[in-house]
Amino acid sequence: MELYDIIFYFFAAMILVSGFVVVGSKNIVYSAYSLLFVLVGIAAFYILLGADFLGVVQLMVYVGGILILLLFGIMLTNKVKGVEIKSDSNFVIPSLITIAVFTAFLLFVITETNWLEITPEFVQTTVKSLGIELIQNYSLVFEILAVVLLIALIGAATLARNDNKEN
Amino acid sequence: MPTDSIMLTEFGKILIFMILSVVFVAIGLFAAKLIRPSRPTKEKSTIYECGEETVGSPYVKFNIRFYVVALIFIIFDVEVVLLFPWALAYKNFGVPGFLVGISFLIILVLGMAYEWRKGDLEWDRPRPNIPNLINDKAGFDK
Repeated sequence: MELYDIIFYFFAAMILVSGFVVVGSKNIVYSAYSLLFVLVGIAAFYILLGADFLGVVQLMVYVGGILILLLFGIMLTNKVKGVEIKSDSNFVIPSLITIAVFTAFLLFVITETNWLEITPEFVQTTVKSLGIELIQNYSLVFEILAVVLLIALIGAATLARNDNKEN
Repeated sequence: MPTDSIMLTEFGKILIFMILSVVFVAIGLFAAKLIRPSRPTKEKSTIYECGEETVGSPYVKFNIRFYVVALIFIIFDVEVVLLFPWALAYKNFGVPGFLVGISFLIILVLGMAYEWRKGDLEWDRPRPNIPNLINDKAGFDK
């Protein structure tokens, strides 16, 4: 498990450092780019845990989609000329309290949980068994997912269109 | 199975590729830094933009249409992700398995048709945001 640990700590360090840049950077573009490394690191965590499909979804949807949308958002809202895009640190003390409470809660959960000790055994890809489950037992869920996506699609388009008319 | 060979799954190979690509670039840059002479002039250290003098800020405002397209892209991205497991497994179930995926697709094609009908996919109103270059240039000539 030597190599496994090394990879884990490498990605953990990557997530921590880039996470600090995300919240600490004055330039919001740097924050968005650091978020890239955070999300890639989380994808690596999923893969290390044996959840390969989840890892690929994380890469495709978050890194490939939502992060691009975030960057678009920054580039859309920025003025052509003039003010630098900055982010300020507001509400330092309330957020410190929130962090402390949340950390205490997480530590409590981590120490109190009876963790199952499983040797990480990398079986064949889980994607096919997932597909079999989706068709066999969860085909209704699969179709409802399509409806949810449809609603999201129409909602997003409607919101974006209304925004456009105001301009 | 010894522990080391467990790690070398398909993702282990991808990791090796990632590490190799980083190392490859790092070696290239480091070797270039060792070999090349360093005589920077004012001209050399200006930002290179296809040989032209740079004008304006690099943060150009994008057309709002890109955002709508990106939003729609994310929805279909999720759709593709959900279709991957189905595509691997539907052959085990014959026609019913195929129909499950097809009805999934039909529901989403409805959304696509809606977007098309409403003109969200049209690129008919281009409003180019041309930055005021003349005013920006004054600061650069110093």
